[in-house]
Amino acid sequence: MALRLPGFEGTGTFDKGVHPPERKEFSEDAFIEVVPTPERVVVPLIQNIGAPSECIVKSKQQVAMGDPIAKSTAFVSVPIHAPIGGKVMKTSNVTLPNGRHVQAVPIKAEGEQLEGDALMADVLGGDWPKDAADNHDPKAISDAIQEAGIVGLGGAAFPTHVKIMPNDKTTIDALLINGCECEPYLTTDYRVMLEAAGAVVCGALLAARALDAKAVVIAIEANKPKAVEAIQKAAQGTRVQVAVLKTKYPQGSEKHLIKAVMNRKVPPGKLPMDVGAAVSNVGTVVAIARAVLRGKPLTHRVVCVTGAGIRQPKNLLVPIGIRYQDLVNYCGGLTADAARIISGGPMMGFAFTDLEMPVTKGTSAMTVLTRDDVQKAEETSCVRCGRCVDVCPLNLVPSKLGIASRNKNAALAEKYHIFTCLECGSCAYTCPASLPLVQLIRMGKALVTASNK
Amino acid sequence: MNEQQAETGKGSSLQAAPSPHLSNASFTTRRMMIDVLIALVPVIVMALYIFKMYAVKQLLICLISTLAAEAIFTKMRGKPLPLMDCSAAVTGLILGLSLPGPAPWYVGVIGSFVAIGVGKTIFGGLGMNIFNPAMVGRAFVMIAFAGSMAASGYLEASVSNVDIITQATPLDSFKQSGVVTPLLDLFTGTTNGSLGEVSAIACLIGGIYLCIRRTASWEIPAGIIAAVIVLGGIANLASPDSGWTVLHHLFGGALLFGAFFIATDPVTSPLTRSGKLIFGVGVGAVIMLLRIFSGYPEGVMFAVLLMNAVTPLLNRWTVPKPFGTVKEAPSEG
Repeated sequence: MALRLPGFEGTGTFDKGVHPPERKEFSEDAFIEVVPTPERVVVPLIQNIGAPSECIVKSKQQVAMGDPIAKSTAFVSVPIHAPIGGKVMKTSNVTLPNGRHVQAVPIKAEGEQLEGDALMADVLGGDWPKDAADNHDPKAISDAIQEAGIVGLGGAAFPTHVKIMPNDKTTIDALLINGCECEPYLTTDYRVMLEAAGAVVCGALLAARALDAKAVVIAIEANKPKAVEAIQKAAQGTRVQVAVLKTKYPQGSEKHLIKAVMNRKVPPGKLPMDVGAAVSNVGTVVAIARAVLRGKPLTHRVVCVTGAGIRQPKNLLVPIGIRYQDLVNYCGGLTADAARIISGGPMMGFAFTDLEMPVTKGTSAMTVLTRDDVQKAEETSCVRCGRCVDVCPLNLVPSKLGIASRNKNAALAEKYHIFTCLECGSCAYTCPASLPLVQLIRMGKALVTASNK
Repeated sequence: MNEQQAETGKGSSLQAAPSPHLSNASFTTRRMMIDVLIALVPVIVMALYIFKMYAVKQLLICLISTLAAEAIFTKMRGKPLPLMDCSAAVTGLILGLSLPGPAPWYVGVIGSFVAIGVGKTIFGGLGMNIFNPAMVGRAFVMIAFAGSMAASGYLEASVSNVDIITQATPLDSFKQSGVVTPLLDLFTGTTNGSLGEVSAIACLIGGIYLCIRRTASWEIPAGIIAAVIVLGGIANLASPDSGWTVLHHLFGGALLFGAFFIATDPVTSPLTRSGKLIFGVGVGAVIMLLRIFSGYPEGVMFAVLLMNAVTPLLNRWTVPKPFGTVKEAPSEG
């Protein structure tokens, strides 16, 4: 299969990987709904990769939606804004689904809120001019991104201004906008592409302007023809190109996306920039468009609530800091056989049980699986069949890494390049012996880090 | 609201676990073993058709003995009984199919106990052994009971209702007297030999099924067959008058049975694609060396055992380079 994208050498796919069941049907046809403003939100002070933010509001202080409540403390750090209007409460501690224990600012809703259709129009709706990029200075775009506190909304939550900024030293041949959404179940990016295609194209052009990127490509997996159509339509008359990639996991991984579109490989420990590429998620560029054109910070995001374990799967526009419990309530509650709640998708998401936890900037979805979904065959002995080697998209030997970790052999783990692993889960998904390979590799990484100290 | 809260309140049924939260349940270790058993069906059917009661007796002896050995040895180790994984059954059938039909009962029993005990259990059980257990068992009885396992072991002295048992095996009759067995007999299996090896077509059907299911890695039989074609071709060119062609090498003896069912044991073969190819070529090359230059008419068993020993080394040599490692990146000027 060839990509047939003028100017690009990619084949539309990458080597190895897996094809788990897609299961997008739960929420793919559900229009994005605005969740009513909750009674309160809890906004964690670290929601991104990098340094935490520092609280700049006091208890009992009144804030309006969009007011800054925390400032960035370093280059790789972002400010945080009040997602709703109301009164700041006493700072508390919360645990996030990824296990991090962080300080958080609770805000109690007070007064009139921007809600419903008006909020929808403010975040995703309205007019997104295709020529907006020409009227903005690259530095001004990158500054607006930083001030708006935008991080990667695909899940990694890396501060966007660090990636999308003018740089004289490197040439960016292509900015790739990631609309692959290769995780099973998730439809967050899909709905954004369908319902805010104009904002995606506009944001992509703004980001490309900031980077002085020679080309802009929006990459979408072949299992989303409607999104391809919507984006192609919105991109007419602009320099934005659309790449249709093979449906395969982990197509949405930065390295594999670059390989599929540009046929370039980012070496271990290097950045996309080093091969002349930049990657940003579709939701992220929508936030960029809103920040640059409307001067609005990142206060809301789209979260898909899906899976057989939730009564009414939906795609929701929610304020950052809303509790998962509020999402569950809005979606009709959990089913009787709900067994596992995941922040993110089933391949890489974090399972958690406490629904009081808040949604953060990096929360792409909430997937609720049933007992049947998570049923696993009993763990048996590794028969060295090599299936994990056949599927590892980073060309590692997962079984060997698992053995190294089990035997606490840090040297062996390093010899087999343990830190190259992105924990995509392809190996553990495939393993006929049901070995917890990803868990073992995580333990192995910790072991190597500790032994190197 | 109350109802919903009551529902989410039953937090006890919710559990946290590390990602990934989905697994491909259609392919398990047990399923791999069952695949091998399914693939063995045509081979076993041909063995029963050709050798009749000899095959029934030998296969039952080996099957029951390996299962008993597995039960006894795992009990001795204080481990839970793993018979459900079917791996012992696979070892038993492969061992039985690699023995001559007329071999006495104690050959099968002792071979089975050595296969499971020395071949597998002392290394730590399934997945830990270095050598193919069935071949360890077979090698032991071949040396211990040379009379029952050598060329003469395939012949039944007393009158038998199975005519084939009175003929020398094709490889032996060629080695000793230069008699070339017709290809069609080798292909269908109407010749004497070990129970499972005689019918090339049965081995091919089962073997291709295993490769399609990807329970066996196609790289290994491909490597073996390629090596045999090349070396067999050279041998044929060197002595064109012998009448023993490349196809005789492929269809004769245990070559296809070994290539598809024995060498492909995942535990004792390399992990990576290139490792598997090298392993296959190595097995094929050693088989040809033994067939052409040694005193034995056949060499599959020794070839597999020898390459098993080299497997850890092949795994070391063929550690794949991680994605994007500079050597394999496109050079830029």
